[in-house]
Amino acid sequence: MTSADFVRFASRALYQNRRRSALSLVGVVIGVIAVVSLTAIGEGALRYVNDQFASLGNGIVMVVPGKNDTTGDMPLGMGGVPNDLTVDDAIAIQRRVLDIRTAVPMTVTTAAVSHRQRSRQVTIVGATSEFARLQRLELALGSFLPEGDLDRGASVAVLGHTVARELFGHENPLGSTVRVGEWRVRVIGVTARRGTQLGLEVDETVFIPTATGMRMANKSSLTRIMLQLQPLADPDVAIRRVVALLTERHDEEDVTCISQDAVVDSLGSILRVLSLAVAGIAAVSLAVAGIGIMNVMLVTVSERREEVGLLKALGATRRQILLIFLLEAALLSLAGGLLGLGLGTGAVAIGDALVPAVSIEAPAWAAGAVVTLALVTGVVFGVLPAWRASELDPVAALQGH
Amino acid sequence: MIQLEDLWRTYVMGEQELHALCSVNETIEAGEHVAIMGPSGSGKSTLLNIVGCLDSPTRGKYLLDGSDVAGLEEDALADVRLRRIGFIFQSFHLVPRLTAVENVEMPMIFAGVEPGERRERAQGALAAVGLSERRGHKPSELSGGEKQRIAIARATIMGPDLLLADEPTGNLDSRSGGQVLDLLGQLHREGRTLLVVTHDPGVARRADRVLVMQDGQIVKRVAGSKVTNLASLFEEGEAAE
Repeated sequence: MTSADFVRFASRALYQNRRRSALSLVGVVIGVIAVVSLTAIGEGALRYVNDQFASLGNGIVMVVPGKNDTTGDMPLGMGGVPNDLTVDDAIAIQRRVLDIRTAVPMTVTTAAVSHRQRSRQVTIVGATSEFARLQRLELALGSFLPEGDLDRGASVAVLGHTVARELFGHENPLGSTVRVGEWRVRVIGVTARRGTQLGLEVDETVFIPTATGMRMANKSSLTRIMLQLQPLADPDVAIRRVVALLTERHDEEDVTCISQDAVVDSLGSILRVLSLAVAGIAAVSLAVAGIGIMNVMLVTVSERREEVGLLKALGATRRQILLIFLLEAALLSLAGGLLGLGLGTGAVAIGDALVPAVSIEAPAWAAGAVVTLALVTGVVFGVLPAWRASELDPVAALQGH
Repeated sequence: MIQLEDLWRTYVMGEQELHALCSVNETIEAGEHVAIMGPSGSGKSTLLNIVGCLDSPTRGKYLLDGSDVAGLEEDALADVRLRRIGFIFQSFHLVPRLTAVENVEMPMIFAGVEPGERRERAQGALAAVGLSERRGHKPSELSGGEKQRIAIARATIMGPDLLLADEPTGNLDSRSGGQVLDLLGQLHREGRTLLVVTHDPGVARRADRVLVMQDGQIVKRVAGSKVTNLASLFEEGEAAE
């Protein structure tokens, strides 16, 4: 008996009972769709996170006040209150740590921004002219914050795209004066539309010089310092040197450095584990679908007892009968796998079109793995019914019992 | 060709033992045409199934051409059924989703005959039973007589020397039954050994010999030409004991 004969014989039998065959496929189809779309979403999320961090710029390190103590020890310093980060700290880092190319001292607050009757509560970011380069910010109008003395902030502002539209409508805001809290500042630029970037809604942010920001808040401290590494610098070495410098200046270790690479790595691995776990759960649904196939095959075998008896009388060996029924189960699950792959890929494509921000696409390995898994499921759960068929007593089977 | 020595077939049903065959002894020569008669439950079909290697005796010897088949492995028995034995059933047992020619091809599929040769031989066999023009029809589109002739074509396709028929005309009207019996007679004349289980004295009359069974035993052996009606067989049989 050639394999083509097996396939033809089995597929004819499946076609004979096409409604039942189709129904028994549903479980496999759903399981495969679940695996395909969930792995696609997982991969999409991973890619999204990577893209976000890439647009933030590689080789970026954030210095924030406070020791991020994960060891469970008592915090260093009396009362655990960290020293402030200052503009001088930023200048010192830029001058004395050679691994650092740029240090951007930043303040982040929220305040009401108003122009004539219109007012809006937005995030106010104090930064320097370097910020635009580090963050790859593009401007729709005017220019970004001016270069200049860190101690003497000019009363100027760059509006986020949405802020500018809401305050000015279609007017050109350049040169106009807006109020930021109690302060009046002149608009010198508007950012190009950007969207959310890791929690910072650039479009809904107003940028002012760092010194202006500190003056508005009446504080001498920074919210954070953004550092750009030299192109070939080792982030770990650079971070160690920055921490050492600040520890020396503050007399205790009271800052935390967050490297973007480390965040990407840990977020990436979390997402990878999550998407594997979710895909694993979906794969369990395939096992359930396999039980459905087993059930249908058991019914099929008991319905076709006479046929099994006949095959035995005609001289089919046990192995041949086992193969015929095993192949039916395999064909069923393979058909379900391919159908599910088609539908799942379609669903992913639709989802991709509906959510433009995130590009989702089922990875090729998942497509191959899930169809293989469906096939293996069918074969595994087809063994019992097929074995039962092959073990039937020919005399009793021919009589239909 | 067939030697049965002290053949028993016992079914155990709970506490009870049911003897379907009790000590059957019989020899059937190659080329013989033998009919088996007897009331329901007398063991005719059990005997036929054992001779056909579908069932194994509980005790005793079954020699097919001198070699004991009672103790063979399943696969070896399957091979005997495939190459040496052709079965013909009362209810035809055609596979409903396959066409006539595909039904005839089935044993060759198990034997691993190439598709081209298979189709050619199957069409030849259909022509031999006069059903060439029916080759593409499904069983549901065929009459009972046609179905049985297709089953006969299937039973002979591997060239077996032993044909076993269990009530081959039981589901047929007398005209198509006659055609089927003519066909079986022709196969017998070509040299095949033919064993027919039947209730019908008309069928038994065509046989060289008739074995009369009762309660799992062969109670009488008569020449086929002597068979007149069923009742007379048993009266004489009991009288002989």
